[in-house]
Amino acid sequence: MNIKEYENGSFLKPLASIKYLFKKPHTLRYPYEEKPVPDRFRGLHINDVDKCIGCGNCRDICPCAAITMVDPSDIHPIDKNKVGANPVRPKIDYGRCSFCALCVEMCPTGSLKMSKDLIYVSPDADSFNWVPLVEQGREEGYTQSDEITPLMLEAEKMEELEPDVRKKTFEEIVKGFTREQALKEAMRCLGCGICMQGCPAHMKIPEYIQAIFDEDNKRSVKYMLEDNVLPGICGRICTHRCQDACVYNYRGEPVLIMWLKRYATDQLESYKDVEIEKMPPTGKKVAIIGGGPSGLSCAYHLTTMGHSVTIFEKGQRAGGALANGIPMYRLPIYELDKEIKHIEDMGVEIRLNTEVGKDVSFEELLENYDAVYIGVGLSFGRYIKLKGEEHPDVIQAIKFLRQVKVEGRREIARRVIVIGGGNVAMDVARTVVRLQQMAYGGEGTMVQTVSLEDWDIMPASKEEIDGALEEGVIFNPGWGPNQVLLDENGKIRGLEVKKVKYVFDENHRFNPAFYEDQKKVLEGDYIVEAVGQMYDLSFIPKELLDKLEFTPRRKIKVDEYGETTIPGVFAGGDLVETSRGDAISAIANGHRAAIGIDRYLRSKK
Amino acid sequence: MSRTYELFIGPNHPGIPGNFSVKLELEGDTVVSAKGDPGYLHRAFEKSMENRYYIQNLALIPRICVPEPDINEAAYAMAVEDLMGVEIPERAKYLRTIVLEMARIAAYLFWMGGFAATLGLYTLSQWTVGDRDYALDLFAELCGVRVYHMYIWPGGVRRDAPPGWEDEVLAYVRYLRDKLIDYDNIFFKNVMFKQRTRGVAVITKEQAIEWCATGPILKATGVAQDVRKDDPYAAYEYIDFEIPTLTDGDSWARAMIRRWEFENSLNIIEQAIKKMPKKGPVWTKMPNPLKWRVPKGEAYAKVESARGEHGFYMVSDGTERPYRVAVRGSSHTHMFTIAERLLVGQRLADVSHILVSLDICPPEFDR
Repeated sequence: MNIKEYENGSFLKPLASIKYLFKKPHTLRYPYEEKPVPDRFRGLHINDVDKCIGCGNCRDICPCAAITMVDPSDIHPIDKNKVGANPVRPKIDYGRCSFCALCVEMCPTGSLKMSKDLIYVSPDADSFNWVPLVEQGREEGYTQSDEITPLMLEAEKMEELEPDVRKKTFEEIVKGFTREQALKEAMRCLGCGICMQGCPAHMKIPEYIQAIFDEDNKRSVKYMLEDNVLPGICGRICTHRCQDACVYNYRGEPVLIMWLKRYATDQLESYKDVEIEKMPPTGKKVAIIGGGPSGLSCAYHLTTMGHSVTIFEKGQRAGGALANGIPMYRLPIYELDKEIKHIEDMGVEIRLNTEVGKDVSFEELLENYDAVYIGVGLSFGRYIKLKGEEHPDVIQAIKFLRQVKVEGRREIARRVIVIGGGNVAMDVARTVVRLQQMAYGGEGTMVQTVSLEDWDIMPASKEEIDGALEEGVIFNPGWGPNQVLLDENGKIRGLEVKKVKYVFDENHRFNPAFYEDQKKVLEGDYIVEAVGQMYDLSFIPKELLDKLEFTPRRKIKVDEYGETTIPGVFAGGDLVETSRGDAISAIANGHRAAIGIDRYLRSKK
Repeated sequence: MSRTYELFIGPNHPGIPGNFSVKLELEGDTVVSAKGDPGYLHRAFEKSMENRYYIQNLALIPRICVPEPDINEAAYAMAVEDLMGVEIPERAKYLRTIVLEMARIAAYLFWMGGFAATLGLYTLSQWTVGDRDYALDLFAELCGVRVYHMYIWPGGVRRDAPPGWEDEVLAYVRYLRDKLIDYDNIFFKNVMFKQRTRGVAVITKEQAIEWCATGPILKATGVAQDVRKDDPYAAYEYIDFEIPTLTDGDSWARAMIRRWEFENSLNIIEQAIKKMPKKGPVWTKMPNPLKWRVPKGEAYAKVESARGEHGFYMVSDGTERPYRVAVRGSSHTHMFTIAERLLVGQRLADVSHILVSLDICPPEFDR
């Protein structure tokens, strides 16, 4: 710019503006002419209420407190019983909204968007507050982006032993989070609490993750112990339904809640410094039959409520399936000892090697104690009534696992067939791989599984299946066992299997059918049956057993507090309907029974 | 014996640049003393920021300055990035530069209209405010809204430019170059403008420095000071531009500096679009907003706004919310240190255009 040109003003130059008389104006004659609205326009909201889960992250991030969560049923019916969703949806006050679109950025499901419409006219100020819906017919504007999002969609990677290394040893596979990883993973949590709906024990997940983020592991474990007495174990072997419910699943990977739990408990050598509130002694005595997760959970919570508790455990270790079944590479024994030590420190008496019905009778317990809890679990393997099953080289999974974990069995056949497609079958197969590596260095060995279910409906978890595949386990999905084949010396030479037509019938009931003409032979010298377990209630005298009612699925019938049809006798764990066959649901219904027993004892003189 | 009287200009006076007022003591039509009277806009922004997550302040900070909101976003983001030690991607730097310069253009167009209006030349107001709207349309295409963009955020920018946006910006720059000739003809070369402003409200170089003037006011006294050159942020270090200076220090010089800066901004935008990497990330991943802890410490980040140095001073105590955020608005010194002195002895008819020539933006001192 040459400043000289401007120093002397001119009279005539302004006259140049006359040309504007003949130019088209800037302005548009709304509504006859409309301005094009850009694609990213941040106008009034749209919310796909059916997709929305009411997690409330939009409300939490709103800088203007414009969003409240309300029940939208009167304008749009929603499924109120949906698991993993709250029955509320955002309502937006446009007197407060600043159209910053942070709610859109933070929406984990991607249901909340902004529209291209910013015009709403009404003389009624109260009407500027509504639940946005798709039906309102607004065109989509500003939406989420997967590249630029404040949500941390990617989870931390967990370090694991390589398949070649881990299959040679019973060393724990998963290494656990480092401090940096744990803090980063804890940071991802939005604190919405949808995960709590997935957890059978309804653990206070957002609170304990926040405590981990605050680097206060004691506080974190305190929150865990409120609902789950075995957090370190659940941090390793849980079926983590919380992670399946995590809101991050919609657009990314869930928060690794289980590994965070493990991290916090691993940081504490023992839980004796965790401040746990204990109520004054009541003088009431409770007997617990079975030292498995549900019995331990029930005992612990009863102790904190002031009752004195004795656990009767028939085995040499408390912990039930955790001590006897789950292999060392998933759950090291010292972790179990740490948590059981904590339960004992709280004042629970555990009588090992004491079998009810043999060393002490059930009637004695009823007489000497104010309440009895039955948590014996499914401690016997189920038979499939296979031809040749009685052969000594055919073994039940639960027995096999106990032999390996507790009795230190190390001898194994070269070729092993595992029948079953569940997590126990995977445990067996992977244990066999390790034993074979130790015995033969993996030379000329083979482990194969055979399951009725095909890949898509296999009950084992994906991690377990992948782990087994990586370790070299061969799968035969969709085949059912027919008979055990023996050679001339009476040794097992293989298993004859037939092709499965379907596993579940049209009523979705387990009722497998086979193609009788399609058969093949799986070669092997040793067979492990992992097709489920059953309970044994023979310790209960006949007259009492007759009083005990069962559900149609042959589980003990209990009320909402875990009380059976015999007054003062409670049941939990895998014996009752609410169990899903995992540790966490046993822990959950053990806790629930503890509340029931406490209620029963306090209402009794 | 002289008689003085008090005149209260504002807060809704057409000759006042925003929602504040000036108490004038006059003798005849000569100003004897002037006193700024803020308080009409106070919304406790700085205090509110202490109660919000770092990301939530994004909705608050642009409202500190209406005509040029992006400077607040940039300074805030830079302060947070400084505390966290985050480097932003190259393309984000250029996008920030383009957005900041577009905001400067929009602010100057608004200012030109306002300044001409205080001199009674209303035609320019109609033109510039209309032309400013095209800048707002470009903003709407980029980030979805016209005025409060909330586009620059810690870590970079919120979205990459939509396809074809750069070309539209270049077309707008060419359009403004053409229009600038008309602006010159009707206003900057107009004898009326010269007559009303030359020699009015002169600030000397020494006074400007002593009174903490920044931006166009300081440049109009001959000091070549500009944050974009002295302490480059965004992509300004890669861009070639001159700092305009004049030595007159009067109302006319201040207006001419702004006109000159306007042209500079057009050049900067063209250069930035040319040099900007065509592809690449525009955001460095930041923590989950609800658990976003900024390390303990303090930071001061400043940018060159249309009015001068605009800065954010931020103290973090290591939690999810800032411990203290203080905004340094350039209008604070321009009003209370400069205007209150400068208006003394001026005629009442000149008060409005002197205030606008200092480009006093009340939200900057009254937050």
